[in-house]
Amino acid sequence: MKSYLSLFRIRMINGLQYRAVAIGSILTRFCWGIMEILAFFAIHESGENFAMTFSQTASYIWMQQAFILMYNVIDNDQEIEASINNGSIAYQLALPMNLYGNWFTQCLANRLSPTMLNCLPVLILAMLIPAPYRLRLPDLNTVILFLVSTVLALDVVGAIAVLMHITMFYTISQRGMKIIGRAVVGFFAGGLIPLPYFPEIFQKVVSLLPFASTQSTPLLIYSGSLTGKDAVSAMGLQVFWIAVLITFGYYAMNHTLKRVVVQGG
Amino acid sequence: MIEFQSICKTYRVAKRQAGFKNAVKSLFFREYETIRALDDVSFSIADGDIIGYIGPNGAGKSTSVKVMCGILTPDSGICRVNGKIPWQERAAHVKDIGVVFGQRSQLWWDVPVIDSFELLRDMYKIDEKRYRHNLDELTQLLDLSELLKTPARNLSLGQRMRCEIAAPLLHDPKVLFLDEPTIGLDAVSKIAVRQFIQKINAQKHTTIVLTTHDMMDIEALTKRVLLIGHGKILLDGNLDELKKHTSTDKKITVKYTGSTPAISPGMKLNESKENQLTISLNPHILPVSDAIAIIAAQTDLLDVSVTDVSTEEVVAALYKEYQV
Repeated sequence: MKSYLSLFRIRMINGLQYRAVAIGSILTRFCWGIMEILAFFAIHESGENFAMTFSQTASYIWMQQAFILMYNVIDNDQEIEASINNGSIAYQLALPMNLYGNWFTQCLANRLSPTMLNCLPVLILAMLIPAPYRLRLPDLNTVILFLVSTVLALDVVGAIAVLMHITMFYTISQRGMKIIGRAVVGFFAGGLIPLPYFPEIFQKVVSLLPFASTQSTPLLIYSGSLTGKDAVSAMGLQVFWIAVLITFGYYAMNHTLKRVVVQGG
Repeated sequence: MIEFQSICKTYRVAKRQAGFKNAVKSLFFREYETIRALDDVSFSIADGDIIGYIGPNGAGKSTSVKVMCGILTPDSGICRVNGKIPWQERAAHVKDIGVVFGQRSQLWWDVPVIDSFELLRDMYKIDEKRYRHNLDELTQLLDLSELLKTPARNLSLGQRMRCEIAAPLLHDPKVLFLDEPTIGLDAVSKIAVRQFIQKINAQKHTTIVLTTHDMMDIEALTKRVLLIGHGKILLDGNLDELKKHTSTDKKITVKYTGSTPAISPGMKLNESKENQLTISLNPHILPVSDAIAIIAAQTDLLDVSVTDVSTEEVVAALYKEYQV
């Protein structure tokens, strides 16, 4: 366990030192948030009734922007991708550590450390702008539920990310998998449009998929669309997916490593 | 103790002809070629030995090292390192070995070297006292004190390589695999690394498997040499035997003024420049002292040097002989 904590620590240290990246991404997140909120404002102006109110949507989008790197499945783990491409994976295989655990730990740290740098400035800015565009602060219970659900979401994201990385052993370039992954995960996780805006039947099916257990669940809890029993059962689903994805990933990894070939030099 | 018994490993490599048409074709049909990287390879290495593992590029050196490290699973055959089968008891096995791949890095690029070392300490569960002791010792031997607080990206190649070699020794491995540890290093760093490897082997009785293309490494460090080519072990013996195997000729370089000396039986003219001859001499036919006397009688000698054929040349001759 200590070795995982230690790996987590060095990943965090590694991630916390890129200042320009942090400043750039804070600005991008803030501008992106405003654009998205204005788009939804226009939709709500049409006068139709949606499953989410405009103010709920605004909160959803702000929290999404603040935690976007935490919920991001793809593009966060350049070092893991590079280690497969350039063969330094050979070193990781010669460590007395399970490669699944090694990668999963790194995936979590890779998401937590930039989020720690980014989230506060975005959250503060988002609370300062006028209502109804503002990020609302819900009651304490909701905040706690949100935090727990976010930790669960991070594990689901990590488990999906490791599965994506395992597929890289089978392909020459991960570009294709990333394009597919980004589209599928982004869409089904409510990354583009919150799931309550979808037709009801579609929504029911999608909310059972592991992708909904990433960002959709905690964000809907925070914005107040998912409350009480629904919130708890959605979090139960998150736990279910964590167990399934990690077990599956663990066996897939062990199976794959038997036929891994590290080429050259 | 490393045992390697009838290990075979084949790779499947995608092939295609050059050009746009073939690139499109390969989207639908891929042609593969099977390459035998290791073909029934057997050898064993005793504890505390330093083995030089040589062979041309693509001979199967790295493949066998990766099998011994547990990174690759062979198609057939048995390999035991310290009594363990590397790819089956990977976790227990890797605790006893250390690996340096000269062409890759195991240090974290953007953090100080010492952070990488501490991560290794925790991964190998090295207790604090032993870690301190080993770190101090390595710091002294490899002169690392200035380097430990520097991020790996700011180190020169020589400095980084010293750290890379220290890293796998923190946990006192019984076997150390060095895959081209001196690649790209300058002369001073190479000598420092060689001396260090010798010290470690002498002090800690660490078994060392060294693969390299630098014959000076082999000459300085190893007594026993394994030559591999086309996935087969071609020669297994000590360096002197290898030299005998190819040639016992001496190389005589003569500088002279006056008339050009004639060649006697047993000598072979390699090169003749203005006032300089390079001769290879078979000492069984004509002893070295006689040869020099014969030449000296014919001309005024300015300078004579007698050398063995270099290891470099021996190996080149071996590669040629075995057509690898």
